[in-house]
Order: sequence, then structure tokens, then C-alpha cells
Amino acid sequence: MTTITRRTLGLVTAASILAMAATGAFAQDKKVIAVSIPAATHGWTGGVVYHAEQAEKEIEAAFPNIDVIVKTSPSAEAQVSALEDLSASQKLDALVILPFTSEELTGPVAQVKANGTFITVVDRGLADPSIQDLYVAGDNIAVGANTAKWLAEKLGNEGKIVVLRGIPTVIDDERIQGFTDVIKGTKIEILDIQYANWNKDEAFTLMQDYLAKYPQIDAVWANDDDMLLGVLEAVKQSGRTEIKYALGGNGMKDVVKMVMDKDPMTPISTPYPPSMIKSAIYMAAAQFVGQAPMRGNFKLDAPLITPENADQFYFPDSPF
Amino acid sequence: MTAAIAPSSAGPRRIRLADTGPFIALALVVLIGVLINSSFLSGTNIANVVTRSAFVAIIAVGATFVISSGGLDLSVGSMMAFVTGIMIMTMNRLEPSMGSNAIFAGAGIGLVVGALCGLLNGLIVTVGKIEPFIVTLGTMGIFRALITWMSDGGSIPIDRALRDPYRPVYFGNVLGIPVPVFLTLIVVLIGAFILYRTKYGRRCMAAGSNSDVARFSGVSVAKVRTMAFVIQGLCVAIAAICYIPRLGAATPTTGQLWELQVITAVVIGGTALRGGKARIWGTVAGALILEVIANLMVLSNLVSEYLVAAVQGVIIILAMLAHRFIK
Repeated sequence: MTTITRRTLGLVTAASILAMAATGAFAQDKKVIAVSIPAATHGWTGGVVYHAEQAEKEIEAAFPNIDVIVKTSPSAEAQVSALEDLSASQKLDALVILPFTSEELTGPVAQVKANGTFITVVDRGLADPSIQDLYVAGDNIAVGANTAKWLAEKLGNEGKIVVLRGIPTVIDDERIQGFTDVIKGTKIEILDIQYANWNKDEAFTLMQDYLAKYPQIDAVWANDDDMLLGVLEAVKQSGRTEIKYALGGNGMKDVVKMVMDKDPMTPISTPYPPSMIKSAIYMAAAQFVGQAPMRGNFKLDAPLITPENADQFYFPDSPF
Repeated sequence: MTAAIAPSSAGPRRIRLADTGPFIALALVVLIGVLINSSFLSGTNIANVVTRSAFVAIIAVGATFVISSGGLDLSVGSMMAFVTGIMIMTMNRLEPSMGSNAIFAGAGIGLVVGALCGLLNGLIVTVGKIEPFIVTLGTMGIFRALITWMSDGGSIPIDRALRDPYRPVYFGNVLGIPVPVFLTLIVVLIGAFILYRTKYGRRCMAAGSNSDVARFSGVSVAKVRTMAFVIQGLCVAIAAICYIPRLGAATPTTGQLWELQVITAVVIGGTALRGGKARIWGTVAGALILEVIANLMVLSNLVSEYLVAAVQGVIIILAMLAHRFIK
């Protein structure tokens, strides 16, 4: 009995929505912003999901005429399907998307765009930039370069360092490029660069091996804070004292906390914040609420996180 | 088959030679290591590498039971992450009331949860009569999703107050031997005893080499295989117990792809992937070989960082070929 009533109700609602959409009344009343992001499979994407959900709550509370829909997908395939489902069931006024991969998502996003949707691309660009109305991203080269500049200054432009890199991707390449370009201009010697796949365990074992291989290491750079935690554990176990600095990047809350507490080995970090999804959703909303013009590129800086400004980058409730 | 069950008894000479295959391979890899970099043989490096291999070795002891009895478990890496998550959450919950004893309570719960996870795999395989490959592929996804959900995609860190009392379980020593290595030895000794000296061990071999014949001789193949999965679950939990103090957290990437390392270790060790033959000490040698190779890749300057995985693959295949020729 209940199921029948529910089903009828559903039909009635669906019909009324259709009717409203047909008359255009619905579209005028509520602006729909769809947010398509990767599912939380590791720390950083966990942070993206958290901040997208926070933005949804905050924006819906602040602007009753905006409806934010957050959809997470575990793969590029699934993200394409999610886009189809989202745009099939309603008219999207805006789409905020953090694409899994550039090439695979370009076509599907172009199709959504064809219906007149305002497209915001976050973090990873599409193969055809003309599709996007707004592009929000961090600066991976600056993540590497700013860390390198700080380190070079502290080490007096000389010393021996080791580097841990992530998963072979553009993001990883850019961070390493930004870092090594700056180091090339100094007398600092990079003893070794190896992949640890942005994985804490692999970073721990890799650091153990670095310590066995090199009797003198002045500093370590792991291009991600998750890996940094593994590095620190290995350094602690070895009891080696010559290592002056162990730095990361990404602005993970545990590491930002260390910076706040003035940790001598990790006195700074550089942000590549998952909360950039929040910037993107807010900007997309501004396009509709105040008709504030938002078309263009918005590149977040990667300023050093220091004990003085760390509280701005600290989200104790976020999973990252 | 008698030789397979009791390798230490005086069997034909060629079989004993074959048994030494994995150890010769290990010796070779170590020799190469010494030639490549003198710091390879330093006490710290050897201790690091052996301690690191403890996780895969302990899990692989369980996998030796599963594989030799004719099963396969792809879910061990995810299961390990899941059990780790449950243990840390239990310990954190109990810490205010029990203090450091929460570690023991958490470890106990971990063993129970591990055994239950194994039982689940075993029952679906035997009662549901589904290929173990498919069953454990399914539970692999389930356990991985559960740990991701439990951690919101981030990490589940252990309570600060428990860090120091728990730390020695990975970083401490017993009689000069690192604790994880000591635990591995105990697990291997118990495993070897069960496999080579008990009725259950002989039934494992029987179920693995020919399940029909085993059934006709009155062995309950389903029971034997289910039990092997439970043993696997317990081994995963023991590995989790010494894993937690290392980095103090469970994350969605904990134990990722370990199942492949575990299966490789078992097979390099001389256990037949199709079942019926088990080499527990070989399994340990297999786990060590994998860790030593990975260590050498970092210590040597010969291999480009982009090609490390390829060289590792080649060495593993060469080790297996050497093994075949020694036979």
C-alpha cells in the first residue's frame, strides 16, 4: 500500500516538475549548480569531497534560490555516466567539475556546455580550454619552486638533499620541475629522486633506504604531506641528527598543525588545497546571485604556510 | 606426495635440491646487493629490510595454507587495511577507560575480526561453491570500500597516548631481534608445524592436489578449505598488529596491492599455485627476495627511477627460471 502511494506521489512530483520546467517557472525559481568530483579514495580527494559538501551546505543556506548537487565518482568512466545522469534529469545552470582525466572528460563536458550550462573546471584542465567559462586551479610549479626557494635560502645555497616523488602524472612532474629548476641555480646537490606513489608506507621504506645509502643528508623534500609523515617516522627511527629539514606540500591538516606548533624539522608547508573546490563553487554561485562576472582563469598561489598564517590553512574537521 | 608433506625426511635427492631453489635465489640476490653497494650489508639496512618484509611474510604464511589447499585469496591487502582500521578505532575508543591495555583489547578484537573476515571468504567459497578468485575479488572491493568509508577517504590515526606504549611492537627488539621478525618466526614455526606435522596439514595437501580423491578418502574438502581461509584471516590480523605502530594510522591506501606481493612470495617460495604442495620456509624466502630487490633498486644508481618496476619484474622472472633449472 505504502509503496503504491509513494510511487504515485513520485509520479505526480515528476510530472509537476516536468510541467514547471516546461513553463520555465522552475528554472527561474532555482538555479541548479551540479558539482562532479572524484570519490574519496585517498587523503586529498577526501578533502575535496569534504569541502564540496561544506560549500553545498553554506551556499544553500545563504542563497535559497541556489540548489547545489554534489556527485562523487570512483573513476573517469563513472564520472562520464554521472554527467549524463545529472544533465538528463534536470536543466543544469552551472557545472563545477574536477575531471578525473583531461582527455576522457572533454567530450562529455562539451555536451553539457551545449545546453547552455556555465562550466567551471577545477584543478585538471580539459583538453580544449575553450569549453570552460571559469578555470580554478592551484599552481603545482609554485608548490615545488616556493619550497625550493625557502630551502635554498635556509641551507645557504649548499648541501645534499633527497627527494620523494608521487605517482607518475602531470601534477607530480610539475612539482618536481618547479623544484629542480630552482635548485639548479644553487650549489645544492640532489642525491636522489625516486617514486613513492604519494603513499605513506612506500615513503617510509624509501626514506629508510635513502638513509642507508647516503651517510650525509641535509634535507628531504617529499612532494606531498602524506609521504612526509612516512619520511619523518623513518628519520625518527634512524636516530640520524644531521637532517635539518624534512618538508612536504599540499597542506594536510596534520602537517599544518606541525607548522603551527613550530616544529623545527618541518617549519613550513606549501598549500595545494583540496578546498579549491570550494572557491570554484562559490565563484560559480556568484555568477548567478550577484551576476558578478566570473569568466576567466583563477590560479591559486602557493604561498608558504608559516606559523604566522597557518591558522588560515587549518581545517581540523576535514579528513585531510 | 609424501615428499611434499615431509620435505625434511630423507626423500630422493633431486627433490631436496629443488627445495633449496628459493634460498639459492635469495643468496644470489643478496650477493648482487653486496656487489652493488657496500652499505647494503650494514646492520641497519639488513634489519630494515628484514623487518619490512615481516608483513608480507606473515600474510604469506596464511596464503600458503589457502593456495596449497586449492584456494586463492585476493582480498588480503584490503582485509589488512580494514582490520587495521577496526583495531585502531577499538583502541581509541577503549583508551580513556583502559589506558595502554586498550592495545591488547584492540589486538584481540583484530584477531577475531580477521578470523571472521577469513571465515566469510571461506564460507562463500565452500558453501556458495563459487571460484575463490571471484569471491575474494568481491570481498577485496568490499573491505577496501569499508576502510575508505570509515576514514572518510582520509586517515584513522591512533590516539597520541597509545603511540609510545605501542611503538616497540614495530621498532623494538627481543633478544636483539626486531619484534616483527620475532613474531614472523613464531608464526612460521606454528604454520610449519600445522602444515607438516598434523592431520590437518596433510588434509590441506590432499584437498589441494585432488579434491575428488580427498573427498573419497573421507576428507571434508569444504571444511579444510574454509579453515585455511580462517588461518589466512588470523595471519592478516597478526600482520596488522605489527603494522599499526609503524606509521600509527590506517588509510584507504594501506596494504594496497599487497595481495600480489603475497601471492608472488608464495609462488617464488615453491608452493604450487594450483595447490597440493606447500613450502612455508620457501614462502619466507620469497617475501625476503621481494623486499631485497626493492631495496637494491634504491641503493643502486644503475636503474632509472622510471624503470624500477620493469627491472623488478625481470629479476622475479629470472629467479623463477633459475629455480626451474636447479630442479
